Amino acid sequence: MNMGFKLNALTRSLWVYHLSTGSCNNCDIEILDCLTPRYDLERFGITLVGSPKHADVLLVTGNMTLKNIPRVKKVYESMAKPGVVIAVGTCALGHGIFKGSYICPQCVDEVLPVNLYIPGCPPKPEAILAGVVKLIKHLREKKT
Amino acid sequence: MNALFSYLVFPGFLFTAGIGCVASWLDRKVTARVQWRVGPPFFQPVFDLAKLMVKETVIPRGCVRTLFLGAPLFGLAAVTLVSTLIWKILLNPETAFAGDLIVILYLLMIPGLSVIIGGFSSRNPIASLGASREMKLMLADELPFILAVSVPIIQAKGSISLGFILGYQETYGMILGTWSGALAFIAAILAMQAKLALVPFDMAEAETELMGGVMVEYSGPPLAVFKLTRIMMLFTLPMLLVALFMGGVRFSGFGILWSVLKFALLLVLVTLIRNTNPRLRIDQAVRFLWGPVAGIAAVAVVLAILGL
Repeated sequence: MNMGFKLNALTRSLWVYHLSTGSCNNCDIEILDCLTPRYDLERFGITLVGSPKHADVLLVTGNMTLKNIPRVKKVYESMAKPGVVIAVGTCALGHGIFKGSYICPQCVDEVLPVNLYIPGCPPKPEAILAGVVKLIKHLREKKT
Repeated sequence: MNALFSYLVFPGFLFTAGIGCVASWLDRKVTARVQWRVGPPFFQPVFDLAKLMVKETVIPRGCVRTLFLGAPLFGLAAVTLVSTLIWKILLNPETAFAGDLIVILYLLMIPGLSVIIGGFSSRNPIASLGASREMKLMLADELPFILAVSVPIIQAKGSISLGFILGYQETYGMILGTWSGALAFIAAILAMQAKLALVPFDMAEAETELMGGVMVEYSGPPLAVFKLTRIMMLFTLPMLLVALFMGGVRFSGFGILWSVLKFALLLVLVTLIRNTNPRLRIDQAVRFLWGPVAGIAAVAVVLAILGL
């Protein structure tokens, strides 16, 4: 079983575990918007799952607070590989308006290997969709 | 050799899994249309299973390894056997034997049991909670289901054989057409909903409150086997009801279309129930299944004994 086949199978049914690391819930609402009739991510086989053990995608929002760093690592380790990590929102990418705060010493990509960054405060559902499509294309090209 | 072929290919594993995937797609597509969405592509269940097969298996520390990995296989083996039995009898009622309905009923309990074993052996408090709910739900749905199934048995002059019940319906018309049959059918559909662990009876999995409940620790191939068991149950249980209440299937001319239509109607009914109801609490579910549903089934049994 080579890596290419695995990634190809992965791109056709991405199960997402949504992890908030101290966000203001605005990004989370926009993510849920992607599952509504207007955008409907299930067209691409993407669904939200309740347990990180089932997930292929770890979707991280929020500005990674100090208390959350070990927990985020734990959740990432319990995710079955191969899996990808998506960081959504300005806070998860850098720290946004919380830059320099004592409570968030590290960004998401200093803790986890992030595959896709979706900027915006909050990003529009269209932006999230465009990002996911880019990620799927990238993963499929990687196999060849 | 012949038995092995019928167990593994037709009408056993491959056939059931294939039609089950179509049934699962139909279920998801109808759900999507009810919610004004587009819904997943046709091969989505196959993609899901293929993806889960290539994922890593995470085994939690301190779990009972053999039971944790073995539990999904018990369920899969049992549901394959049930499907093979039912289809053998549907294709050729001569192969029925006395008491085959009892064998079918107890084999149908094993997928539920395997979920309970898997949940308890994974050493996760959430999975244990889910497994205990599944256990209570099983106690709750067996009573109305067995009462409902006993109505065709009583109508077919007390013969506990699926083949004989099919033959009886051939001469006297569908059991669904009688008063007792119709009432028993309603009870059987609600009990089936609980056996399939669909909303409103999905409190053992409860994505939003128990994070997947009994399956929370499962990943990769074992999870795929559990999903496959669910998918195959989605085909097997409606087929059993079609055989018991709606006169089985035909394989000539318009009979094929009519048989497919019977199954599809039952499946869409299950999906619509699942989409228009909220999840019940476990105590509400037990009260509902032992109260009104078992009551309807009991009335149906009395009517059947009176000959209505």
